[in-house]
Amino acid sequence: MLSLTGSGQFSTRYAQDRRIFRLWQARAGLAVLLAVAYVVVPLWASDYWFSAILIPFLVLSLAGLGLNLLTGYAGQLSLGSAAFMAIGAFAAYNFQLRVEGLPFLVSFVLGGLVAAVAGVVSGLPSLRIKGFYLIVSTLAAQFIVEWTLTKFGWFSNFNPSGVITAPPLVMLGTDLSSPAGRYLLTLSVVTALFALAGRIVRSDLGRNWMAVRDMDTAAAVIGIPVVRTKLLAFAISSFFCGVAGSLWAFAYLGTVEPHGFDLNRSFQVLFIIIIGGMGSILGNFLGAAFVVLLPLLLSNLGGSLLAGVIAPGDTENLQKILFGVLIIVFLIREPEGLASLWRGLWARARVWPLRD
Amino acid sequence: MDFFLEVLIGGLLAGVMYSMVAIGFVLIYKASGVFNFAQGSMVLFAALTFVSLLERGFPFWGAFAATLAAMLALAFAIERGVLRHLVNRPPITLFMATLGVSFIIEGLAQLLWGAQVHGLDLGIRDEPLEVSGILLSRFDLFAAGIAALLVLGLSLLFSRTRIGLSLRSVADDHLAALAVGIRLQRIWGVVWAVAGFVGLVAGLLWGARLGVQFSLSLVVLKALPVLIIGGFSSIGGAIVGGLIVGAGEKLAEVYVGPIIGDGLENWFPYVLALLFLLVRPAGLFGERAIERV
Repeated sequence: MLSLTGSGQFSTRYAQDRRIFRLWQARAGLAVLLAVAYVVVPLWASDYWFSAILIPFLVLSLAGLGLNLLTGYAGQLSLGSAAFMAIGAFAAYNFQLRVEGLPFLVSFVLGGLVAAVAGVVSGLPSLRIKGFYLIVSTLAAQFIVEWTLTKFGWFSNFNPSGVITAPPLVMLGTDLSSPAGRYLLTLSVVTALFALAGRIVRSDLGRNWMAVRDMDTAAAVIGIPVVRTKLLAFAISSFFCGVAGSLWAFAYLGTVEPHGFDLNRSFQVLFIIIIGGMGSILGNFLGAAFVVLLPLLLSNLGGSLLAGVIAPGDTENLQKILFGVLIIVFLIREPEGLASLWRGLWARARVWPLRD
Repeated sequence: MDFFLEVLIGGLLAGVMYSMVAIGFVLIYKASGVFNFAQGSMVLFAALTFVSLLERGFPFWGAFAATLAAMLALAFAIERGVLRHLVNRPPITLFMATLGVSFIIEGLAQLLWGAQVHGLDLGIRDEPLEVSGILLSRFDLFAAGIAALLVLGLSLLFSRTRIGLSLRSVADDHLAALAVGIRLQRIWGVVWAVAGFVGLVAGLLWGARLGVQFSLSLVVLKALPVLIIGGFSSIGGAIVGGLIVGAGEKLAEVYVGPIIGDGLENWFPYVLALLFLLVRPAGLFGERAIERV
């Protein structure tokens, strides 16, 4: 019988104590999960699954993670995640276009760094402005970025409608542009960045973020460098969003225009972290799965079961209403999101067959 | 010079229209500390309901009364279904709940009344009025007049009635208000209802101007910088903020637009608001928060 109690497993060094998965059972579970994601899924999944479900799910998880670091961990509300995704995507595109022979993964990283710089700039007001007033700063970023990318043709290589196209996704001589290849690429990038984020929130930086989130005046009083902490939150969050934007543009869609990163995308990312759970790493996956699957489920249901009852144009409105209701239900019933359901299950599994 | 004045006054009058939406925000923020993102969709809902009733043969005032009733019902439903369950939660949670509310209202409005664009005629001839060589929009003047009446009415409500007294005490301190026997939930219902009424008036004016359609709910994005400049908790601030944003936006469009490219009215108000915030972090008339550990 597999026991999850963790008895006999002690941390004898701080490094062990800071590990993301302290129990060997959890590490084994992760290994199985990764094996499934890398081996079983590519063997089994169809192109539809890759392109319509798995890739957007992974990319949105990453975008959610970016926002979660900023809002869930560091407590700075942002409505501009899509802007940083756009910056990442367009910067990566321009690096590809203008630097000969640059590996595309490097340009993804460079795109993320450009987004991080933009994030720091839009985070500067957060040093003086708090709470809701800060929405303005991130919304300003949202609108300025959208406007700039549409207005100045240089960013999209003077494409008349501002559309950018994916570079050839070739790495070490392997062509990754098949759906399975793009899935594996996305999976690898997302896994690496999630591992990084897991480490960051367990480091002293992550602890500082939480202190600032809970009360920045108190954090300043006990000697936490609030300025650096907040700006790093903006930088790292925007980096994650920027890479997510590159993946969204190049691994998921292939071509994208600035309006693909509008305010609605920002809201979508926000919903991921509300539904998944603020201040949780796992929650981003759960929230993204929810946001990707629910519309598919609804449109399939609307297409088959309720074909005669609901006019096709109304499904979108019903979907909107349902989303709104779900958000409110989550905020009321489960303010810590789907992640806290998981936490509860895990806690019960650990003491099973006893009850807590 | 005449041209400058014309642009300036046109901008100021347009700004009043933004203020109309911002006032709805301020009312709710003052009384319940909720940053109500759904105000824009309330404007849409009101305008859409009104127009649809009008098109189904209701007389003007009949449609107005019916829409008002719908807004009141909506307000109390929000209070009962959402806010009541979120007492004592952090403001960010309440804000996100109003995001959910705005989704529901937008979906509902379009489900009920369809998504097509409706024209709305309030019977004001929109021909320019000439005052000492400056052309003014008759409609904008009318809107400004309505806004002035609205502000007057609201300030009377706040300062001269018993309900206003309770409203002010709730705005001051929820717990203390509860302790002296004010029924918090009813006050919240009332405030949301008043905000619904403001939304209706704003919806009619905006609807007459832009046509009643989905994009009406986006005026919330115009009202936000107005609110920020004025401060979240001041009705006067909403008016002043609206004037600043309206004038700044028009002037920038005319004088800066040709230099860096048009279409900057989407983001210019936000930059303006940021500049104000850097000097006064709680807006021009907002209450400065005192931080205690």
